[in-house]
Amino acid sequence: MEVSGQHIGHGIREEEEQAISEKLPEILGEFSRERSSLLPILQRIQEAFKFLSPGAIKAVAEYLGLSGSEVYGVATFYNQFRFHPPGRHEIKICMGTACHVKGGDVILENFERRLGIKEGETTPDREYSIERVACVGCCALAPVAVVDDKVIGYMQPSKVEGLFLQFEIQRKIREGQIKTEAS
Amino acid sequence: MGERSEIGDRYETLRRRIKEELENEQNGVPTIRITMSTCARAAGAEETRKAIEDAIAAFGLSAKIIPVGCLGHCYAEPLIILDYPTTGLPPICYHSVNAGKARLIIQSYLQESDPAFEYIMGAMEENDLIPPVTTFPRFGLEERIVMTHCGRINPWDIREYIANDGYSALAAALTDLPERIIDEVEKSGLRGRGGAGFPTGRKWRLGRAQESNRKVVICNADEGDPGAYMDRTIIESNPHQLLEGIAICAYAVGADTAIIYIRAEYPLAVKTIEQAIREAKAYGFLGERILGSDFSLDVKIFQGSGAFVCGEETALIQSIEGRRGMPQHRPPYPVERGLWGYPTIVNNVKTFSYVPSIINKGAEWFQSIGTERSPGTAIFSIVGNVKHPGLVEVAMGTTLRTLIFDICGGIANKKTFKAVQIGGPSGGCLSEVFLDTPIDFDSLTQVGAMMGSGGMVVMDEDSCMVDVARYFLDFTQKESCGKCTFCRIGTKHLLDILDRITRGKGQEEDLKILEDLSRDIKQGSLCGLGKTAPNPVITSIRYFFDEYVAHVRDKRCPALKCRSLIAYYIDLERCARGCEACVGSCPVEAIFTTKGRKKAIDQSLCVKCGECMVACPKEYDAVLRVSPPELAPIIERPPMR
Repeated sequence: MEVSGQHIGHGIREEEEQAISEKLPEILGEFSRERSSLLPILQRIQEAFKFLSPGAIKAVAEYLGLSGSEVYGVATFYNQFRFHPPGRHEIKICMGTACHVKGGDVILENFERRLGIKEGETTPDREYSIERVACVGCCALAPVAVVDDKVIGYMQPSKVEGLFLQFEIQRKIREGQIKTEAS
Repeated sequence: MGERSEIGDRYETLRRRIKEELENEQNGVPTIRITMSTCARAAGAEETRKAIEDAIAAFGLSAKIIPVGCLGHCYAEPLIILDYPTTGLPPICYHSVNAGKARLIIQSYLQESDPAFEYIMGAMEENDLIPPVTTFPRFGLEERIVMTHCGRINPWDIREYIANDGYSALAAALTDLPERIIDEVEKSGLRGRGGAGFPTGRKWRLGRAQESNRKVVICNADEGDPGAYMDRTIIESNPHQLLEGIAICAYAVGADTAIIYIRAEYPLAVKTIEQAIREAKAYGFLGERILGSDFSLDVKIFQGSGAFVCGEETALIQSIEGRRGMPQHRPPYPVERGLWGYPTIVNNVKTFSYVPSIINKGAEWFQSIGTERSPGTAIFSIVGNVKHPGLVEVAMGTTLRTLIFDICGGIANKKTFKAVQIGGPSGGCLSEVFLDTPIDFDSLTQVGAMMGSGGMVVMDEDSCMVDVARYFLDFTQKESCGKCTFCRIGTKHLLDILDRITRGKGQEEDLKILEDLSRDIKQGSLCGLGKTAPNPVITSIRYFFDEYVAHVRDKRCPALKCRSLIAYYIDLERCARGCEACVGSCPVEAIFTTKGRKKAIDQSLCVKCGECMVACPKEYDAVLRVSPPELAPIIERPPMR
């Protein structure tokens, strides 16, 4: 089954699925075993692990007494759910009407070209992922991108380069290639 | 009667106590209100707030910072309202306050008592010294009911709402009979602001009449319409007004449970309403035995998971029940059998938010605003190519011209008006001819558009109507739930045809197919999504037919927008010798140097992103577009050395 370009469970490592399955019972325990809990459970799991792994879907189905396909069916209906791990930096490009009129597609393309992936995908090193969102409701600041939950207004292709420069510096600091004053 | 006057007394005592409390807290200390809604944060409100805090600490001042919601003036974010009562000046509003400006204003006004006139937008009250903001058409021409307190009170502190007589309508309602409240709402003529415009009073009366041991009220805050964000703003700016409206409705129809269905894409709005519910419970406006009466109400939040169709009430209910959000046949209407089989009253955020004012000021007052069949105000989010985009609340019946040219300052960047898209994917594109049409529910439906949620996107000459229609079909096609064949497959075909046309592969008979198919989809769909999905196509064909013809016959995009039909080139007459601005901006290295150190574009590499056009300095303006692309002058790239 394919969802937005990459397979369900694309790139998930075994130890990740293992770690998720260890924490799942605690999360499931917060909810009552009724159908109405389905969406809140899925939302909670995605909040905790950033995506819905095949194992998690199966566990939810068992918990609620539904079939796996039923849970998949519901989860894939909604745009919110993701089925493979996102990148460390989540890039969401707004594709609302105002953003479209002001050139949001050009912004999206710039990110895609820069990272060599399509929307809905994650880079192999899991550093970045790109998603398109319908509207984040900041239309007066169009075009808009949401990068790591920060809304960036008046987006421009030239701002894309600046963002990646920042991320690369952060990465080098993280990996100890650059020394900061603090260290 | 005893119990009834007790409710009123209880509320009065509370309100008086809170007013005193707030006055004591203020005690002559300057207050700085800063807009902290999602859009203000995107414009840098958090940095501004930090700068203000630092400045206050650095100068050793005492001042209180209060976060507020959105004033609706998104073009001028972040805004601050500074009230320094001991100077004798009224509260002053400053616009576009970035961190640097914030420091200057704090130093100038709070330290040196000079209100920094150069940064002032206007005074928030009438006075003799500083021109009030109401002298600007953007403030003065608006008529606010729902948005009166938006951007002025702290949405995170229930006391500010109560100090402005908040929850007084609920207190009054609880001392009255439910039927009388429904009478009042019905008499006011309030129509549902979710888009369809169903009379709210009638819906409530139907809800009241249902025999059931349990009834549910749902607030629809699943604002999925791209280009509309008024529900988010109202929740982030004045959540208690919404909760008060919901509580009054629940009391009137006899419900004990209310659910607010809100988009998960609005994290700040979710947090704001959660906090508001907690506070309202703590103050006795929600929960068990509200204000000491026999009425109890449990309010819950359900986060929508990003499906546009869930704005439709039956789909929304399916979604809460944990299913795919697919619309159901009506009847039975939700008001008869809705969530978990109980009678369910579904209203939009704006609809509920009008209710407290109607109860307080009466049906006649509400009737006196707006038009006869659509009383009250309308809230629009006007965005796109206008100078002053943002949220605008005006009386129903205001013309598009007043809205776009007087209130929002007209078209930005010296371009000309081309179209306005009203009502999102369900609405239509209207041309210049309709600028003087008074807008209300009925007039918009007549011309083929729709009030929808009130999203309005203004487009200038650079927008291509075929491309806009394609954009909306791309959206509705993705969001169609797939239940009805015409909607599922029909929208896909519409999209394919439009796609073809924008790529210069269209045929003249395609236009006829578009129209026929549009009509069929409208007839063959169950819910509002399918019934209105062809509207952008129908209206754009009707009002911008020439543009379609140019695309199919001449393979030309008159607005120079459709990328397959245009080419970028550099005018060698205008290009400056030795300037390299465009070269660095090109993401694919398509720009090369030609004769006389001027630049040219390699058409075989160009991805038509338009970056070079932005990068080219204004004084040269040498990058041009042309359609069809064959018209671009061909300049050979010199062989690589």
